[in-house]
Amino acid sequence: MAALYRWNFAPVFENAEVLWAGALGTLRLFAICVVLGLGFGLVVGFGRHAKAPWIYLPATAFVEFFRNTPVLVQILWFYYALPILLPFQISPLTAAALGISLNSAAFSAEIYRGGIESIDRGQAEAARALGMTAAQAMRRVVLPQALRRMLPALTNRGIEIFKMTTLASAVAYVELLQQGKLLASLNFNPIETYTVIAVVFFLCLLPLVQATYALERRLGRSDA
Amino acid sequence: MTTAEASSTLDSTAGIALPLLRIRGLRKHFGDHAVLRSIDLDVMPGDRIAILGASGSGKSTLLRCLNFMERPNAGVVELGGEAIGRAAPGKGDPDRRTYDEAELTRVRQRVGMVFQQFNLFPHMTALGNVMEGLRTVRGLREPEARERAAAELARVGLAEKAPAYPARLSGGQKQRVAIARALAMDPELLLFDEPTSALDPELVGEVLRVIRALAEEGRTMLLVTHEIGFAYHVANRVLFLADGAIHEQGTPDQVLKQPTQPRTRAFVERHREFDF
Repeated sequence: MAALYRWNFAPVFENAEVLWAGALGTLRLFAICVVLGLGFGLVVGFGRHAKAPWIYLPATAFVEFFRNTPVLVQILWFYYALPILLPFQISPLTAAALGISLNSAAFSAEIYRGGIESIDRGQAEAARALGMTAAQAMRRVVLPQALRRMLPALTNRGIEIFKMTTLASAVAYVELLQQGKLLASLNFNPIETYTVIAVVFFLCLLPLVQATYALERRLGRSDA
Repeated sequence: MTTAEASSTLDSTAGIALPLLRIRGLRKHFGDHAVLRSIDLDVMPGDRIAILGASGSGKSTLLRCLNFMERPNAGVVELGGEAIGRAAPGKGDPDRRTYDEAELTRVRQRVGMVFQQFNLFPHMTALGNVMEGLRTVRGLREPEARERAAAELARVGLAEKAPAYPARLSGGQKQRVAIARALAMDPELLLFDEPTSALDPELVGEVLRVIRALAEEGRTMLLVTHEIGFAYHVANRVLFLADGAIHEQGTPDQVLKQPTQPRTRAFVERHREFDF
């Protein structure tokens, strides 16, 4: 029976502007979450690396909480529960961005911490022996080397964030999957619609991944 | 050393040279294990002090306490007449001192260190490694830092390796770049922590020649080494450490040719066993 299915993509392409709006929404959410998630993750990662318990413990609690709860639940919680605690409404974009960013921060924090701790202690020592402050040694010597090692793992995080944006459809944020659901229910063609959406995701991500490979090669020039 | 620097190390009233480094009662322990038990040492300007001893005798720890890579548990280190840190007697620990991180950073800018494992920055070229301290710590502008770094590389005979990354250098070349990196900061005191121990035997000579040239310039240096012959020829004083204390010290002739202590004698004999 399945072999006899007659594919018809025409209704999907006729409504391309609906998907286009969704694609823009996906890209906007992705951009916000990559910057906030990977940026805040670095802060949390330093916290996890710290020796002082009043820094280390909150950072650890944050990581464990957000790593061990589903992103979808977090997004729904931010959308429905947070406005009860706060004096204002929260938009679908804000709820989704909060959920995905905090979750990504928790995961990327572990990548940063692992990367920083993988750099030989002698590197920071040599920097400090020259008279650098701890912050200068981190910024000029440890972090550039650690980031290079972390790049594959951070790329994975980026891909994961891009795909997680589809969870925002749970709070009716206008992104690709949300628009796809809309089209599929209007035209009764979920198979074609979701096929197109999968292909669009693939076509967006592939060049992104290729670009990071190129970056890795460029950074890898000097490595042993 | 400039005349101004030289005269500043002289006591103006008595006309007696003051030590560049004055160490009193230095102690360091890791957990229950006492690594240094009360070290006293004066380092005069121009001194070239070789520190010998079996592994575990505390010689590397002593060096690392002098630029505060390790913080001593007790004792005072004075650099140029000024005590580093301040007394903070604790319970049952009257000699304890606390150290301000900013002060230690300033101390390290005056005390250069060369490591056994080189610790070059692998993401920077040889020139970049030497420029890094000039740029980040000294705040020199790029052209000035570049010029100074190139001069330091030339001094260690590696001018043509400026654009090479450390991965492309031999061990001996790496260590010479590391020496250039330390020299670029104009240190008043140089600490060498077993600078040739990680090198293949045929690469040791090129590094020792650079260190000897620095000694001949009159630079003040402390050198932890297993190269007894080098210590004999280059040092003006030799310390033999055992169990975290200075077991014997004196001129190279005294300590290496006529050691009075049985342990020193045994150590020297072991190291000369296969001399020919």
